[in-house]
Amino acid sequence: MYNEASVVGSVIKGLLPEFPHVVCIDDGSTDGSQRAAREAGAVVVQHPVNLGQGAALQTGLEYALSDPEVDAIVTFDADGQHRVEDAKAMVARIHAGEADVVLGSRFLDGRTRVSWLKRLVLKVAAIQSRLATGMALTDAHNGLRVFEPSVAAQIHLRQNRMAHASELVHQLAAIKPRWVEQPVVIIYTDYSRSKGQSLLNSVNILADLFFR
Amino acid sequence: MQILVQIVLVLAVVLVSVALMRGGSNDRHLAIRRIMLILFACVAALSVFFPIALTHVARLLGIGRGTDLVLYALIVSFLVFMATTYQRFRNMENTLTLLSRRIALDESVRPWAIPANDSGPAE
Repeated sequence: MYNEASVVGSVIKGLLPEFPHVVCIDDGSTDGSQRAAREAGAVVVQHPVNLGQGAALQTGLEYALSDPEVDAIVTFDADGQHRVEDAKAMVARIHAGEADVVLGSRFLDGRTRVSWLKRLVLKVAAIQSRLATGMALTDAHNGLRVFEPSVAAQIHLRQNRMAHASELVHQLAAIKPRWVEQPVVIIYTDYSRSKGQSLLNSVNILADLFFR
Repeated sequence: MQILVQIVLVLAVVLVSVALMRGGSNDRHLAIRRIMLILFACVAALSVFFPIALTHVARLLGIGRGTDLVLYALIVSFLVFMATTYQRFRNMENTLTLLSRRIALDESVRPWAIPANDSGPAE
């Protein structure tokens, strides 16, 4: 999370009844998000400086893997755009042995309303990653994912900013786990819209991927 | 004829830039960059004494004036500088990330490592 003090508490409180072990990676917030997260009952791991979402994701995976009893790792955005029941259903599929990785997708059904421009950009990103990796994803940039620990241990994200989503798909394609997509709903609130990814940022994503 | 030479020159510029960009920061590329820098400095110094000679070389290449030749060389060296600086920043950023992550993980609370009797309420 990076400066999400107004929402992170309620997100964590929503998660705790279903998932008792919530770790919140603070990416150098300056608005007291750390305290809000601790008070809500999460373990907070604090980056000393702001590094980016990809770096936070990798830190979270490494922290979760250091727990010897971990059996599934859920990545869940701190801004409240994901639903706990989606995460629960995805973990159930891991526990049932159906797959090693469950990736959320907002495009498997019509429940999530996405503007046509955003839909176009995300579709192009998905097609690009399909051509580059052979993984037929419908939504490459969805933050809700569940990993089986042995798969998570093989992920090493080096893209600190937003290009980590594409990088993750590339690495999964190399690891070749059993993967499935789960239809999930993205809750676009005024808050997440105001903080969310500007479409212009897709230019930065392309540049990061090209010049790595 | 001139446009052909110019296209070839632009291609050379792009190829050299990409080669040096992709090469990262190993010693061989560093040596190549230094050689290029010395050559550039020599040509620049010579052109002060023999401005006509530079223009002559430029004519041979179909560029017209010696100053234009210097300009092209400057552009190439700027591109190479930009690329190597970018690489260096990426490496630095990577180092910073690993260091920050180490600090973050070392400072973190590990509830499973604490004996059950004093786990108490979360911080």
